Amino acid sequence: MNNQKLHEQFLQSLRKEKRWVRFYQLLILIAFFGLWETASRFRWIDPLIFSSPSKVMNLLIDNIADGSILVHISYTLFETVLGFILGTLLGAILAAILWWSPFLSKVLDPYLVILNSMPKVALGPILIVAMGPGMGSIITMGAIISVIISTIVIYTAFRNVDANYLKVLQTFNASRSQMFKEAILPSSFPTIISTLKVNVGLSWVGVIVGEFLVSSKGLGYLIIYGFQVFNFNLVLMSLLIIAVFATIMYQLVELLEKKLIKSE
Amino acid sequence: MSFLSVSNVHHTYFSKEAATEALQDINLTIDKGEFVSFIGPSGCGKTTLLSIIAGLFEPTSGSVHIENQEVYGNKDLSIGYMLQQDYLFPWKTIEENITLGLKLLKQEKKSFTNVASSLLSDVGLPPVEKKYPRELSGGMRQRVALARTLAVDPKILLLDEPFSALDYQSKLKLEDLVSNKLKEYGKTAVLVTHDIGEAIAMSDRIFLFSARPGKLHQTFLVPEELRTLTPFEARAHSSYSSLFQTIWKELESLE
Repeated sequence: MNNQKLHEQFLQSLRKEKRWVRFYQLLILIAFFGLWETASRFRWIDPLIFSSPSKVMNLLIDNIADGSILVHISYTLFETVLGFILGTLLGAILAAILWWSPFLSKVLDPYLVILNSMPKVALGPILIVAMGPGMGSIITMGAIISVIISTIVIYTAFRNVDANYLKVLQTFNASRSQMFKEAILPSSFPTIISTLKVNVGLSWVGVIVGEFLVSSKGLGYLIIYGFQVFNFNLVLMSLLIIAVFATIMYQLVELLEKKLIKSE
Repeated sequence: MSFLSVSNVHHTYFSKEAATEALQDINLTIDKGEFVSFIGPSGCGKTTLLSIIAGLFEPTSGSVHIENQEVYGNKDLSIGYMLQQDYLFPWKTIEENITLGLKLLKQEKKSFTNVASSLLSDVGLPPVEKKYPRELSGGMRQRVALARTLAVDPKILLLDEPFSALDYQSKLKLEDLVSNKLKEYGKTAVLVTHDIGEAIAMSDRIFLFSARPGKLHQTFLVPEELRTLTPFEARAHSSYSSLFQTIWKELESLE
């Protein structure tokens, strides 16, 4: 009875702490937008450049009403998700090939380092000329920005799998592909998931830069267009939308993580 | 013709710095159903020799045969290998872990559930098929590892210090269990250990190795009266301590 009471108290203190955390999180959010609005109203900051939450909100409502923003959002979202999936998948496949052939991985090592250090967005103009100024080159941008780093990180995870697991499989006369399927891949799942988390951010970078360059549709296009016509309401609105959707994508990856990794 | 024969095995490890001779001219034979132990100071190559017997790699020269078949590169030969830790796959259930070997050998999947549950009760575990390794204690996990090894019905069991990571009580219990099971199934086994007592309590014969390079130094025959006892009972027998003293002195002289 007494124990139960103590446990109840413990749970209560946990709930109380959680409420305070939520309270301060909300406070920061309100303070940020409140300060931004006030600063803009009283001209502490230039409203032409920094806009204000109310202006951004009004613009957003207008754009939702005429439906134009939804087109841009869906374009960008489609490109980002596809680039993200392609980049990670390709990275994992390349990592598997490198694991399969240690000789190939030794040969390719310096090239991976070069490709990884090079800023991939600099390839943008070439991609656009080669593939045409359309969705294809934007998705490619979203993918190539994450593919090499994914390859390197996942390959390292493959190599760090405890050799004793492979020994166990070897005593059962397992083939190399069986070893990959039974030990290498599943024990690298945590690393693959954390690569996914990094790639969420990277593919947004790739796609937005791609849209800057192609300049026809999407949130990246809205940002560059807003900048050119000096409409910073538009720029900040696009930025806020990107923040919201990037967060949602990240949360989805975390959900996937909880589903996939049940052994922890 | 003996069951297992190791003939003229030499093994050298190569690194950029040096070539290290791990094993030098090893010759030994083991009979069917026999339980033998390899003991010796660290660096005597006992684990290397065990890996070679398992066919995990090829010796620099010499050969190992089981029932006249070359071990290395032989896909038909099934060998059971138990390591210091259980190395159960944490993302697989106990049942999936036990039947892993069967799955790799492409056996009929329908029988897996039966095999797993009968092996579990065989190694003295409650029905924990659907649990994950993390939910079991160290001793229980090592029992599951034993069940996984036995599932493929191996010709020979190779034990690489499988009891050394356990607490003393679990270790004694597991020694009895392994010894019992091996006798019951009539399996041949090789145990690598640094524990003289364990070697005496479990084996029929003990091979003592000397280090740098690893050479077979001496063979001890465990007296008949100890062999018939369980490892736990053997530890309490009078001839246990006299053999312990003999081996201890010999081991001391090597260091």
